[in-house]
Amino acid sequence: MALRVEGLSVRFEGTAVVDDVDLGLAAGSVLAVLGPSGCGKSTLLRTIAGLERPAAGRVLLEGRDLARVPTHRRGFALMFQDGQLFEHLDVAGNVGYPLRLRRRGRQERRRRVAELLDLVGLGGYDARLPTTLSGGERQRVALARALAVEPRLLLLDEPLSALDRGLRERLAADLHDILRAAGVTAVLVTHDQEEAFAVADTMAVMREGRLVQQGSLADVWAHPVDGWTARFLGYAEVLDGDRARTFRRLVAPDASWEAVALRRSALRLDPRGSLEATVEEARLTPELVRLRLDVDGLGVLPGVASPAAVVRAGERVRVSLDPARTAPLPGPA
Amino acid sequence: MARHRHAVATALLAALPLAALALFFVYPVAGMVGRGFVPDGRFEPGAVLEVLARPRVHRVLWFTLWSAAAGTLLSLVLGLPTAYALHRLRFPGRDLLRAVVVVPFVLPTVVVGVAFRQLIAPSGPLGGLGLDGSAVAIVAALAFFNVSVVVRTVGTFWESMDPRREEAAAALGATPWQVLRTVTLPALRPGIVSAASVVFLFCSTAFGVVLTMGGLRYANVETEIYLLTTQELDLTAAAALSVLQLLVVTGLLVLAARVRRSPPAARTARLLPRPRWTHAPVLLWTALTLVLLLAPLASLVAASLRRGEDWGLENYRALATTGADNALLVPVTEALVTSLEVALVAASLALLLGTVVAYLVSRPGGGRPRQLLDGVFMLPLGVSAVTVGFGFLVTLDRPPLDLRSSSLLVPVAQAMVALPLVVRTVAPVLRSVDDRQRQAAASLGAGPLRVLATVDVPAAWRALLAAAGFGFAVSLGEFGATSFLARDDDPTLPVVIYRLIGRPGAENFGMAMAASVVLAATTTAVMLAVQRLRGGSVGVL
Repeated sequence: MALRVEGLSVRFEGTAVVDDVDLGLAAGSVLAVLGPSGCGKSTLLRTIAGLERPAAGRVLLEGRDLARVPTHRRGFALMFQDGQLFEHLDVAGNVGYPLRLRRRGRQERRRRVAELLDLVGLGGYDARLPTTLSGGERQRVALARALAVEPRLLLLDEPLSALDRGLRERLAADLHDILRAAGVTAVLVTHDQEEAFAVADTMAVMREGRLVQQGSLADVWAHPVDGWTARFLGYAEVLDGDRARTFRRLVAPDASWEAVALRRSALRLDPRGSLEATVEEARLTPELVRLRLDVDGLGVLPGVASPAAVVRAGERVRVSLDPARTAPLPGPA
Repeated sequence: MARHRHAVATALLAALPLAALALFFVYPVAGMVGRGFVPDGRFEPGAVLEVLARPRVHRVLWFTLWSAAAGTLLSLVLGLPTAYALHRLRFPGRDLLRAVVVVPFVLPTVVVGVAFRQLIAPSGPLGGLGLDGSAVAIVAALAFFNVSVVVRTVGTFWESMDPRREEAAAALGATPWQVLRTVTLPALRPGIVSAASVVFLFCSTAFGVVLTMGGLRYANVETEIYLLTTQELDLTAAAALSVLQLLVVTGLLVLAARVRRSPPAARTARLLPRPRWTHAPVLLWTALTLVLLLAPLASLVAASLRRGEDWGLENYRALATTGADNALLVPVTEALVTSLEVALVAASLALLLGTVVAYLVSRPGGGRPRQLLDGVFMLPLGVSAVTVGFGFLVTLDRPPLDLRSSSLLVPVAQAMVALPLVVRTVAPVLRSVDDRQRQAAASLGAGPLRVLATVDVPAAWRALLAAAGFGFAVSLGEFGATSFLARDDDPTLPVVIYRLIGRPGAENFGMAMAASVVLAATTTAVMLAVQRLRGGSVGVL
């Protein structure tokens, strides 16, 4: 494990903002800490960077306790949501900043800056001032600056959240590739599960200062630990009690779970489907029709239909159920 | 048609303050300068050039320059760490300390001069240092005034600076010193330059401090103009220096306006950190600065409570008298009442005119005419108050305007001095109102007056009250112009204090101390009230 966080707690004014968190991260992998705003994920990141002091617990890098190592000696790099470029320096000055701190020669600096700008797709931007850049370009410069001295650990605080949707998706894919190309170990915190999925290999879900789940992307996605996590990951509905038992009889009569999470596409309009339902509402979106269905025996549930289908509210329809798009929950909803 | 009517209304509105400025500022100053340039009915620019060649004038100019530069430097050295401690850290009592730092700036200059002299006089607490009458003492007093300008201006910048930028640098491997040098200071540069230029302006035009502390050895341009007009009656030389000062100060103001930039809006509502051990040097420096700021005041209060070897309120009781050997024509208490009355009238005038100007210059659009208007009303900052005062004397003493015996003379002059500060306090607030709010109100059916009452006034009323308090405090402490205009039988408090310290006798000295404390306390009370109203808004300039 490159990075280990053990029993870490951080308190502000007596309140535990980060509460007994354990984390592990292998060298060269990218971990996404996912949680809603105010859950303590940014504080966790700042504590790993050495910007906040833990009330308890340790941060270890390659087995070495960092408690007495100040931020600037940790050899990390930190990238914020809004880049935090140095406005008085041009793009080359920003990217070359950590190189200058380490007294690298002018030649080497110039070569490395050009290399990094190429890596982030901004070749030739050297002389531009930060104020003349778009949001996406600023983040690319911030990333190049963070990568300049091959940080032992790259910390990303919502690096894409400030960007608009299309740009965010494109830059997330780029970020994924750039991090792999640079072979860097990174921790990303975000509230956006799509960002986490696009960039990271492993994921940790945080809620009210505590880590509720940690694992590979596929694992966390397929087996959310409870109803809250499932909803946060984007599951559309969580069933428990009688509805969950009824549902269990339909999909897995032998199982014993007491709650289940459903993605929106778990129920799909299908003339050969096994369930019958009344359409309560049908709304066209660019990719599919979103339905609200009153399913016989199960009550109101979300569902989808292909955009070609003609569905009206009040209609009786047949729907099929895709068990792969449901996730049984080990705990209560 | 509507546009035309709008333009006419604006012009009419602008006419009021412009007329006042022309009559009570441009006319007297021009009159004074004219006397110098046209001594015997003949225009003689040669005489003016001759003045500038005098060795004494060179000495005065040199002293003005280097004392202002040294005062600015000292203000920065003391003020920058204090700005950090008071605006980037969080500890109990911080808000009180912020208020304490502002106190010296609003103290009447005469009071500061008296307080410093008391501190360093051979008999005073620091008498052993032999600083009495030295240039070092003058520079220290200049810094004493202006540390608060540095703390406020740079502190506001520092406070609104996103700490994450420095954190990003630290994470990239910058040591705290490297972060300061490569990230913090460059980001603060506009604030520092802006503060330094304003402080330099204040230092180079300081009057009361240099007059009370400089004695016969040291004079700057401002006190030299005073001496030339009142003692040597050399109006040509006074006019020459006035014009020179006007040109230099206007240049400085233009420069200051160019580098002046509002601090960026705060982007994070992050809680400021509590001090750690690593902050110990900064906190010690801040404590030292605060001690330096409080020492003259404490010494002044102590001196006011002492008569010879005895402690007590004797000096305060004496304020109801005219002093030993009838040093004064009226008791000090009466002068205080006069000061308050004058300040009330002056503040009202300055507020009325200043608000109109602020309203006009803060309208969106308008381009050059508005910029020019803005600049014109900053002029009183650049002209020696002494020149204004003397100009009043020589121009407003005959028909059509004979105000010699009018009780309005002093308040009008003080209002002119306070006017730029009122404009500077109100205009930024009005300017910060998003014009789309006015458009929204108008689109909902509000007429121009209703827009004013429902959008501008609610946004600006605090600033208006603050400006009124500001004008009041400036007027209370005004000495440069008032020293010419106040009649002996109806003086203001600063004039009385200056007169008392010029008279022999422990009783008169003690009274001057007590009167200074009363004046300082009054001004401070007004300013602290203002401070509460303004909240965290930007500095004076």
